[in-house]
Amino acid sequence: MLKTLEKIPAEDPLNNPEQRKIIDSILEKNKDVAGATMVVLNSLQESIGFISPAMQVYVAKKLEEPVSRVHGVVSFYSFFTTTPRGKHTIKFCVGTACYVGGIEQIIEKAKQILSIEPGETTEDGMITLELCRCVGACSQAPVVVVDDLVQGRVKPNKFPKVIQDIKSEEA
Amino acid sequence: MAYFRSHVLISIDPVCVQKGAYDLIRAFQDELVKQGLIDEIEVLETARIGNPETEGPDLIVYPEGVHYTNITVKDVPYLVEEQFLKGRVAEQFVQETKQTLDEEFSAPRAKEVRVILKNIGEIDPLNIEDYIARDGYMALGKVLTEMTPEETIQVVLDSGLRGRGGAGFPTGLKWKFIRAAEGEPKYMICNADEGDPGAFANRRVLEGDPHSVIEGMIIGAYAAGSSQGYIYCRAEYPIAVQTLKVAIEQARSLGLLGENILGTGFSFDLEVRMGAGAFVCGEETALMASIEGKRGEPRPRPPFPAQKGLWQKPSNINNVETYSNVPQIILNGAAWFASLGYEKSKGTKTFSMAGDVKNTGLIEVPFGITLREIIYDVGGGIKEDKAFKAVQTGGPMGGCLPEKYLDLPMDYEALGKAGSILGSGGLVVMDEDTCMVDIARFFMEFTQDESCGKCTPCRVGTRRILEILTRICDGKGRPDDIDTLRYLCEEINENSLCGLGKGAPNPVKSTLEHFLDEYEAHIYEKRCPAKVCKSLIRFEIIDGDCTGCTLCARNCPVQAISGERRQTHVIDPDICIKCGICEQLCPYDAIEIV
Repeated sequence: MLKTLEKIPAEDPLNNPEQRKIIDSILEKNKDVAGATMVVLNSLQESIGFISPAMQVYVAKKLEEPVSRVHGVVSFYSFFTTTPRGKHTIKFCVGTACYVGGIEQIIEKAKQILSIEPGETTEDGMITLELCRCVGACSQAPVVVVDDLVQGRVKPNKFPKVIQDIKSEEA
Repeated sequence: MAYFRSHVLISIDPVCVQKGAYDLIRAFQDELVKQGLIDEIEVLETARIGNPETEGPDLIVYPEGVHYTNITVKDVPYLVEEQFLKGRVAEQFVQETKQTLDEEFSAPRAKEVRVILKNIGEIDPLNIEDYIARDGYMALGKVLTEMTPEETIQVVLDSGLRGRGGAGFPTGLKWKFIRAAEGEPKYMICNADEGDPGAFANRRVLEGDPHSVIEGMIIGAYAAGSSQGYIYCRAEYPIAVQTLKVAIEQARSLGLLGENILGTGFSFDLEVRMGAGAFVCGEETALMASIEGKRGEPRPRPPFPAQKGLWQKPSNINNVETYSNVPQIILNGAAWFASLGYEKSKGTKTFSMAGDVKNTGLIEVPFGITLREIIYDVGGGIKEDKAFKAVQTGGPMGGCLPEKYLDLPMDYEALGKAGSILGSGGLVVMDEDTCMVDIARFFMEFTQDESCGKCTPCRVGTRRILEILTRICDGKGRPDDIDTLRYLCEEINENSLCGLGKGAPNPVKSTLEHFLDEYEAHIYEKRCPAKVCKSLIRFEIIDGDCTGCTLCARNCPVQAISGERRQTHVIDPDICIKCGICEQLCPYDAIEIV
């Protein structure tokens, strides 16, 4: 675990001028808000896509919090990730209704097509597979969420098209 | 307010958005400009209309009341011409009335009473004027100008309103406590962290009628003497968060939030805070820790939030649905509300129906209605007319109730006695093809994963239960497993701090009680009666029924199926991962599970 800002890895968002600007503006805007840690981390996760160890140290410094506390919060909530995600994320809802509705078969299919496990990203950095808890679209179970779009009533034999659509959109 | 002769309400629920609802909105606006109708016809966004079976995107034209579905951008010019220039209905896109207007949308299904859902799908959630036009903020006006805080609390007390988050604590009493508490400022908090898998009522209220919640909170704040409020919404509901932010901004611009509300000298402001995917944050003390920017870990009570809550100040936490009941109670009176419902549970309750039931979706019924009425009359019965096996109520802290409880009246007490909870109103219906041991394992996987780790019985105990259940599902169950499970259930329940730990054993306890035979079949006979547990089943192709269409072989994820075209195929049991795709796809039902 990184504890100081002396050795920031070269590829860290903090070393990218554009991302650094975003990070600084988020901190500037929210540093005096009550309960700022969650607000800042949520914004960082949304705009940068992940919260690197160096970013955690940076946030701690700016918010005048111990690094351990910021890291504690980051590791507690499942929405916060510490490594870069793929360009696109496919989330599989593993809530009750989706489980009863057969989401496992769809996960199986995805693993087979992409040769990665949930939680992993394809080698080309294009697609990350994730499991998520109920997205509240239970009446359309089973549900997958592609980036921010909820797709309901997904069938195992129709699922490959979801991946194809992402690929053709990128091509 | 401008006058429009017609309105086009386009549904922006997730499914419709995915199918291009926003493109459709733009296309409508462009076409109306082109036809010179833009001053006569308004395009609005609305919450879900239609039912989950429709193709989407859905839209409704008012006042004509025509419901169209499956509209694409290229259909828009034709639709505008027919509907608005020629005044005719474009029949080919009309959604059958039978499926929609009667069941899901404006007219509630049989036995439904809509109080909380009355505005959903009827108004544009992003336009405060729509809400005001339906008596919105009237209750607030009445409270601020005609009633004292004490009178307001008394009305809510008299109505018998109880917390809709699941615990069922009388709302008026909560408000009384915080009013009496020492310390400033006092915080009004709305729990919109609807984390129970299987529950989505709060999402729909927040997305479809956000102002009802905001108004309820302002009234509560007046009663409690609070000046600042927070709505804590889970990160999984981005549309709800966005809708709330817009709604708060609009309320503020009309002087309904902020300093000196409606010129009465009362001030209250509201902020939305987002969670980040931790189920335990639905527990009130964990939720407050999360708003404070900390790890969402629960703490012991007392002190209760009314004494020491958010930032150690007096705080009041109610659920989305609780708040949205309040304006109605103020407007229609405590007696009206108390006349709905049953014994100690007054008013109505929304239930999110999902699983193996014909009509899935959100319903609102008075307390006291039986599970049978909900599942068979409102829900239309079990899919494919299979046999009912169990209904899981109250999410992962609830229990699975078998058929003998179908005539149970739905209220806080009766469900508690039956070994389940009302919780946030999730109802997952399961048919005969569901393995109850597997379901118990599923829930334990959930609670084990979501346990925050603070209390050892919950952190370690749920993992032990999960290991045992996994073992049983794998056909490696031991004779003493059932006793061990019972013991663990007791220990975890007694020795955990918060509702998550206390409720975690419920799915196991209730399935052990009502479906013990299934556990025994798994353990002693190494058999899964519902044919679900993969280690205990085998897929076989029935010689004679198979036509050799190759559909299964082409879709098998592991190429375990072989055979020539027009010849009976064979599944290689050593390769087969028992995913069940072939069985689902086979058009001739030639694949059986043995």
